[in-house]
Amino acid sequence: MSWRPSRRTLIAGAGAGVAAAGIGWGVTRDGTPQGTEGGADMARGHRLRDGGFPEPAHEEHTGIVIAGGGVAGLAAGWALAEAGHDDFRLLELEDDVGGNARGGRNAVSAYPLGAHYLPVANREAGALRRMLTQFGMITGEKDGAPVYDPYQLCADLEERLLWKGRWQEGLVPHSALSETDEADLAAFGAAMAAFSKRIGSDGKPAFALPIAYSSRDADLLALDRIGFADWLDAQGWRSPVLRAHLRYSCRDDYGCEPAQVSAWAGIHYFAGRRGWAADGAGENVLTWPEGNARLARAMAARFAPRIAPGRIVFRAARDADGVVIDSFDVARNASVRTRAAAAILAMPHFVAARIAPDVTAPARAFGYAPWLIANVTVDRHPAGRGAKLAWDNVSATSEALGYVVATHQTIGARRKETVLTWYLPLSNMEPAAARRLLVERPAEHWRRIVADDLLATNPDLEGAIRSIDLWRWGHAMIRPVPGFIWQAAPQAAAVTRPPFFLAHSDLSGLSLFEEAHYRGVLAAEDAMRFTGHTHETML
Amino acid sequence: MAESPVGENGTASEKRSTALSETDSGERYPKGSAFAGALLVSVFVVATCGLIYELLASTIASYLLGDSVTQFSTVIGTYLFAMGIGSWCSRYVKRDELRLFVRVEILIALLGGWSAAALFTLFPVLDHFRVALYALVLAIGFFVGLEIPLLMRILRGRFDFSETVSNVLTFDYVGALAASLLFPLVLMPWLGMIRTGFLFGLLNVAVALAVLFMLPAKRAMLAEKIAGIVAAMLLLGGFVVAERLQRWAEVAGYGEPVIYALSTPFQRIVLTRSGDDLRLFLNGNLQFSSRDEYRYHEALVHPAIGRVAHPRDVLILGGGDGLAAREVLKHPDVRHITLVDLDPEMTKLFSQSDMLVALNRGSLSDSRLRVINADGFRWLREARGRYDAIIVDFPDPTDFSVGKLYTESFYRELSRVLAPGGVAVVQSTSPLVAPGAFWTVAATIEAAGLSTKPYHAYVPSFGEWGFILAAHGAVPQQARILPGARFLSAETAERLFDFPPDMARRPMPVNRLDNQALVREFAAEWARYEG
Repeated sequence: MSWRPSRRTLIAGAGAGVAAAGIGWGVTRDGTPQGTEGGADMARGHRLRDGGFPEPAHEEHTGIVIAGGGVAGLAAGWALAEAGHDDFRLLELEDDVGGNARGGRNAVSAYPLGAHYLPVANREAGALRRMLTQFGMITGEKDGAPVYDPYQLCADLEERLLWKGRWQEGLVPHSALSETDEADLAAFGAAMAAFSKRIGSDGKPAFALPIAYSSRDADLLALDRIGFADWLDAQGWRSPVLRAHLRYSCRDDYGCEPAQVSAWAGIHYFAGRRGWAADGAGENVLTWPEGNARLARAMAARFAPRIAPGRIVFRAARDADGVVIDSFDVARNASVRTRAAAAILAMPHFVAARIAPDVTAPARAFGYAPWLIANVTVDRHPAGRGAKLAWDNVSATSEALGYVVATHQTIGARRKETVLTWYLPLSNMEPAAARRLLVERPAEHWRRIVADDLLATNPDLEGAIRSIDLWRWGHAMIRPVPGFIWQAAPQAAAVTRPPFFLAHSDLSGLSLFEEAHYRGVLAAEDAMRFTGHTHETML
Repeated sequence: MAESPVGENGTASEKRSTALSETDSGERYPKGSAFAGALLVSVFVVATCGLIYELLASTIASYLLGDSVTQFSTVIGTYLFAMGIGSWCSRYVKRDELRLFVRVEILIALLGGWSAAALFTLFPVLDHFRVALYALVLAIGFFVGLEIPLLMRILRGRFDFSETVSNVLTFDYVGALAASLLFPLVLMPWLGMIRTGFLFGLLNVAVALAVLFMLPAKRAMLAEKIAGIVAAMLLLGGFVVAERLQRWAEVAGYGEPVIYALSTPFQRIVLTRSGDDLRLFLNGNLQFSSRDEYRYHEALVHPAIGRVAHPRDVLILGGGDGLAAREVLKHPDVRHITLVDLDPEMTKLFSQSDMLVALNRGSLSDSRLRVINADGFRWLREARGRYDAIIVDFPDPTDFSVGKLYTESFYRELSRVLAPGGVAVVQSTSPLVAPGAFWTVAATIEAAGLSTKPYHAYVPSFGEWGFILAAHGAVPQQARILPGARFLSAETAERLFDFPPDMARRPMPVNRLDNQALVREFAAEWARYEG
């Protein structure tokens, strides 16, 4: 098959919220393992909603203030640092930067708390490639194409699917298929390959990444106005195997059902990636035990002294000299006023609209999918009949998206124990109801659900689950519903004018690292242009 | 067989009996020669089965633990002793002999039938295998010991005492003869130990079922019938999946007596010995046979070291058996050997066991050699030294984790620590069985910027085996081969570099961490070869 779907970036961009932690270790009386709990959108996030912060007692000044230290905010800071602009400050709500690209660690391994990989960058993602080269992830050039560091490219075996009781390589079933399955899979693959190759009448690729480089041909943008499931129906592709795989893909990248996202978004998953790399690595991904926290930390390290964590930005407004940002300093238990010439609001739009209602569009059109992520520490590696343990392991019969092995990239002999990062998007109900369920269902119930799912996929793990650390993401991913990417989001973005600049992947409608990075760099360059700092564009 | 209503020590109940016979406890059994005959046949079967279980346990014990005299002697002794206990305990059975007999038969069938499979499966996982072995032997012996007294009591109503004893013991001993002839001549060669166990378990349970179904309907013993049928199904199931069980029970597959077995965190180390042939298996894969390992290790070491002008510092990756080090130490120029092997248990075993030290001539304890127990790849990435010769002797790339040791990334690290003018050699599986895999290794080493010179040697226990020399510039044409080697000489060493057409070079992809082309090619080629 010409298209090889792989798990795309899970979630990228800044998340608001805080970790509410309760630590347990061991096994409860009914045998469910214990673990820690954490997540976003809890105490600090709700405090933001409820207000009641003291008036600022201190004042600080900077050239550009970045509010939000997720991937977009960090990319903005990285771009400013790259341009030699050192008069800026980044305020982050959490104690740790990285947003959805944060990671955790226990005695066995580091592990991701959200996004866990970055696909090899497209040709058009110039700023991202520049960063990857700086970080040693692209090591050189061969035959004119970038060479990626083999130690950071996902090692073989990348993916396996538990299909009819047996593990097979890859995520698309390739045995026990009906004629319809075969025909629809082939037709879909051919259609996606054609979309991937297509160049629009404006000379741009039909589906680009970052999406800003995509063609604006009317027939392509029309795909954003209809639902993906409707579009598939219209093509006559009803093979249950194909549709199940597409459901997996939509939930994987967008936390949504195929009926909920636009056809443009659904197609982008398959036709938007043309990884550009030497040695046939174009379809591969970069990954690390701690997931994309590796990238977040590397970006933060470029300007660490300018980062102020534990700062809840609760007001952003314009004044005669530029911008006024008020934030609550959790450590000092006091509010701080930051005055700057320009501000980059690198936070989800539903937060930006709340703290800066005068300079942003309302967030009505912005919906977010909730996710549950569990880091499961196990005493032995999972096994199973058929293909050997892969990096990404998916069961065709599970509602969850499977698990990723944190120690997959380890070279040489592996230890017996490992950490499995298990993913579940709560896509089959209204996001608000799902968020309530996510928060209100007791942790031990979630743990039992995780354990049961894992044991149904890998009965060989019976008795080997040591702990289950839960991470709840209330607003994990922007939902690319029909009309959002090419209508609602650009309209909302256009409301915000200098000295304010928005930077978040939700403005792209796709919760991908590449989008967050692009939005961060774009905002940083716009802000520098506005403040008169000369620089060469990376975009 | 004549009916004998009154026995020598006949009781009133026997005399009373007309259509049914009774025992001391007043039990009634169907009368008639068919039933009595069946019971005597069952003595024969039961005796055969009992001896087969005993032989199985002894054979498995000597197979797994070595020292067959001790194993046969202790297992048979334990078994007979347990039979004695069983016989003695039979006195406490006061009634319901037939029911108990049937139950005992079913139990023996299950225990004995599954004994071989259980022992093989338990051996790798138990720390105290002997405890399990003797417990099983005691249990089977105990129940077999109960069998004969019970049968004699059931039969006593039909024959007079002398006839009963004579009949029962005759069938017992004839059964023993049958078993002792069948076991080595037919069963071992044709069925193997695990299947033999199940087959005799089935015969055993067949006796129980035959007895049960010959009883009149009103003495239904329904529970026993169900138990018997379930047991028969379990045994039949075992017989059918015996081959798969055999694979799980890895030690069943070595083909030679196991003299040492140890599971370390990294691998399973098994040593077997048959006569003077000592073999090492890691995770079930043969590493060497003491009969011909000199061919392998001479071919591995000397063509490389013989091409270095002054081989002072030598690095050995893998090779925890010390056999490559033994060859390296023959070179007088060698001052330091760094041997990196993952498994401390492996290097410990090969530096402490007299038998193994005799084989590697104490190379691991040589003052010039330093053992580092670390993962080869991880150690190499951190390594800062330069080595004049590097011997890479890793296991074959059977899985993704070993496959990483054959990647371009690995050879780039290797190239970094290879001194100018130095030569490295990589064991590269069989170019005859897996030419694709062999030439993939060559292509990969070249992709890492080294030049190569592949060769091969015949090692009977492995077959045609391949190696690849690597150096920064062109690999030197000539090697100085030390005199006194058993396999290599200056003339024969040159011939190793000829590749006939069936092993000739073919274009292959480069093996990288993210494609592991080698593991896939290797698996496909060996699967084709092994059918």
